[in-house]
Amino acid sequence: MNRDIALWGALPIYCISAWAVISLLVDAFSKNSRVSFHFAWIGLLLTAIAAVGSFPYEGAAFSGMIATGHYAAFFDVLFAIGGLLTVLAAHPYLERLQFELDEFYSLTLFAIAGMMLIAHANNLLVLFIGIEVMSISFYILAGYFRNKTLSVEAGIKYFLLGAFMSGFLMYGIALVYGATASLHYGAILHATTTGSLSFPTLLIIGATFLVIALSFKAALFPFHFWAPDVYQGAPTVVTGLMSTAGKAAAFAAFLPLAFVFLPQLQIKLQLLLAIIAALSMLYGNIVAITQQNIKRMLAYSSIAHAGYILIGIVAASPDGFAAVTFYAAVYLFMQLGAFVLASVLEQQYGRHLEIQDYKGLYQRHPLLAGLMAVFMFSLTGVPPLAGFFGKYYLFVAAIESGFVWLAILGVVASVISAYFYLGLVVAMFFHPASERSESPLPAGTAGITLAISTLMTFLFGFFPSLLLRVTQQLF
Amino acid sequence: MAALILTLFLPLLGAGTILFMNKTLRKGIQYTALGFALATFVVSLFLLFGFDPANADFQYYIHTTWIASLDVGFRIGIDGMSLLLVLLTTFITPITILSSFQAIKDRDKLYYMMLLLLEFGMIGVFVALDTILFYVFWEIILIPMYFIIGIWGGPRRIYAAIKFFLYTFIGSLLMLVAIIWIGIWGGGDAGFTANYLTLREIAPTIPLAIQQWLFLAFALSFAIKVPLFPFHTWLPDAHVEAPTPGSVILAGILLKLGTYGLIRYNLELFPQASIFFAPLLSTLAVIGIIYGALVALVQSDVKKLVAYSSVSHLGFIVLGIFSMTTEGLQGAVIQMINHGLSTGMLFLCVGILYERRHTRELAEYGGIVTVMPKFAVLLGFAVFASAGLPGLNGFVGEFLTMLGAYQSPILGTWTYVAFAALGVILAAAYLLRMYNGVIFGPNLNPKNHALPDLTKLELWQLVPVTVFLVWIGIYPSTFLQLSETNMRLVSSKIEAAHQQMSQEHRVSPTNQLLLSPASLSFLLPQEIKNMPKQNQRALPENGNGAAQQQAQQQMSDEEWMQE
Repeated sequence: MNRDIALWGALPIYCISAWAVISLLVDAFSKNSRVSFHFAWIGLLLTAIAAVGSFPYEGAAFSGMIATGHYAAFFDVLFAIGGLLTVLAAHPYLERLQFELDEFYSLTLFAIAGMMLIAHANNLLVLFIGIEVMSISFYILAGYFRNKTLSVEAGIKYFLLGAFMSGFLMYGIALVYGATASLHYGAILHATTTGSLSFPTLLIIGATFLVIALSFKAALFPFHFWAPDVYQGAPTVVTGLMSTAGKAAAFAAFLPLAFVFLPQLQIKLQLLLAIIAALSMLYGNIVAITQQNIKRMLAYSSIAHAGYILIGIVAASPDGFAAVTFYAAVYLFMQLGAFVLASVLEQQYGRHLEIQDYKGLYQRHPLLAGLMAVFMFSLTGVPPLAGFFGKYYLFVAAIESGFVWLAILGVVASVISAYFYLGLVVAMFFHPASERSESPLPAGTAGITLAISTLMTFLFGFFPSLLLRVTQQLF
Repeated sequence: MAALILTLFLPLLGAGTILFMNKTLRKGIQYTALGFALATFVVSLFLLFGFDPANADFQYYIHTTWIASLDVGFRIGIDGMSLLLVLLTTFITPITILSSFQAIKDRDKLYYMMLLLLEFGMIGVFVALDTILFYVFWEIILIPMYFIIGIWGGPRRIYAAIKFFLYTFIGSLLMLVAIIWIGIWGGGDAGFTANYLTLREIAPTIPLAIQQWLFLAFALSFAIKVPLFPFHTWLPDAHVEAPTPGSVILAGILLKLGTYGLIRYNLELFPQASIFFAPLLSTLAVIGIIYGALVALVQSDVKKLVAYSSVSHLGFIVLGIFSMTTEGLQGAVIQMINHGLSTGMLFLCVGILYERRHTRELAEYGGIVTVMPKFAVLLGFAVFASAGLPGLNGFVGEFLTMLGAYQSPILGTWTYVAFAALGVILAAAYLLRMYNGVIFGPNLNPKNHALPDLTKLELWQLVPVTVFLVWIGIYPSTFLQLSETNMRLVSSKIEAAHQQMSQEHRVSPTNQLLLSPASLSFLLPQEIKNMPKQNQRALPENGNGAAQQQAQQQMSDEEWMQE
């Protein structure tokens, strides 16, 4: 059985890591970036399939360093699909912008590998390695357009702040180790619940540092300052991946840590997280109102969405955790869909990204405008789209745990968000086409991404129990 | 069974069909939409045959699981009130489609899809017996209406559309929090329930302090939709900017969603809190009646005048609801139908004028009777029905609501009625001023000399409505009897709760401090399920078969299924 777990349970990790490494070789030997593209999406598809297969292999492998099965497998599937959708959208995008280099695909694969490692982590060091692998790939990807100032700025900014936060993470891990004499989740939990702590204060400080570092990765207020600039400067498809799968990865790390730390630090940590969640929701949405650039708007709103997701962790109940995973999944599809759609319309780097440029899109391209409207309504949380049920489950969990005020704040934040999400719909549908606008080029393989994202947004809206049944099994 | 399912889903099917039609086929799209709307109307008439007005239960009850783990289901069914409103919806929609033939000149495909989607959502709200399903339908309505105002509206359409959306959205999201709260309360060990029938049993046992907040959350959402003063400011904008068919739907049906919700959710789920808040809401209703009428009196824009008259008329409905007597509630229900018909017709007439002259300024018209005699007669029906002239429908509704408010032991004073009656007089004033200004007097404006009278298409819109204006005016029992049993049950439950409350001297509506700060404690972390439940079962016996009705109401789901 142990061998089965090490073999089949960890298969998605083997698969993605091997594929990422081989893809470097493919890049080296093939002159054609098309080969890398095909190689990458096939690898991600296989990883997704392997991850689905690994679902029943619940357990721990490699001397307890990594956990396998339900929880990790769920996130593996999510990350692999996120990567797959991104790669499919990236190919026509990079081709159009005439900057398709092979490394793009290997870096994406490495980023996904890092995320998966985060989901599998059962030990704080593995968590650290996962976060670093993901982040370093993202630093490079953010600065991928190396001849564009904004992109390079994004890369540098993300790297400097990210490196600083890695310090926080490491320091937090060290302090937790000091308090509990272990890096292993199970052992830490054991130490905290039995009360055999040598330095309880260290645990609190360490846990707070971990929360800060992860809040940075999830772009939660007040650790969000990097997000708008990085999201704007990075290639649009990369932004899509960062703000969805990247964020989901941060929460994939959050959840097990919540299990580990909440029993001991419930009151203190819960309140801290609740405040972060409330401020993120309000701040993200209020600032997003004034944004004219769609990538910045989505960036600020993603701060708010991270706040919503955090509600589920604050609730600290199985329902809350299930709601977190549910929201992470539906958020991936709707947000990634919106970014990919923006990338389809972006014909040169940084152009056609103002809300102005979306004016009259309905007349020029009704289908794209319709899809964007679906994503916007779903992000607002209008039923019967998936985004509504995501928020609904989070609010149910919050109220069940007695956080009625947090649910009410979430609701207020949603209304604020309606204003700018609808602003885009207004531009697309209610305004005549402006003279700046050009007809979009064919979407190519990005069409597949859009189709899948839309389909999922509808599917999980009409039949939320399909996904809910899975997420409830995880906890 | 099949009739209800078909009534609900035919419009959606119609929208789906249009989605796959070529957008250059304008006529084809128009007639497909009309065909589906008419078919829906015909099917909805079949609901009448299987409906037993003496039975207070929900009929045609259907239950399919939707989200098993949260006990959210696709539960639909109708009682007398919802039947009437469903019929109103299916009746008004084909008429608005007819009027769209003239009013909508571009992007027909999207328009008719949105219109049918809107009908689907509205019927859904009236038939949903599951709080989450209800909420979903409630929100579905927002999207098509938002597009209809925003794309096909007047010059300030974008402002109006956003205002409409945001106003409704904030109310409904607070309602969502309340829905979740009572769902957790009512779920017991199962965790959560959205079953309206269960909640109707359990919700009255929520402690009054919390009931008040839940009542307010629901009431805010519905008050915005109604709209009740002071939440009415979105309405004139939306009405003025919306295209004619949009205004007809908005006035005819959409506003009724709010009043329907007040009865279905506020009164039935929170009887004690309703008694507590009745004076407040009745006061707002009366302010709305007079305020709406006064503002309508000074409007120079005909459409704005009609829009403000809605604020005034809806006040009567809310007053009737919060009289919480059988008469008042019955008056409210029939007034919902009346207002839908007569105000809808007024908007159609305004649209007809606008199509000819492209202005809605009262001063531009005068002496229209000389060129458009048929129009003058039909507009007369709508105006007099709206003004509450005996013999037409408006009178029945206004009379019943005021009678109810006068008799109401809960309001306990004639002051409300006195002020409301002032609204009736004002209504006559502003409507006659409008009618006079448009129809009579010398036809001085040369642009009005050669206006064509009503076309066949327009007659098809106005005549069917007129038939019902007269029918309800002369023989309202046809309609009143459908909802009587239900409204009697609602008022008897309220009465029982009222007696219980006054016996216990816990709350009398006048001397209790509104929403004490202590009641805010429900915001703080606590176990909802462990809260003490009020003793609701020991209802005092009160005359005409309340106990029997109580028993009826406890029929289990299995028995519903057999219907």
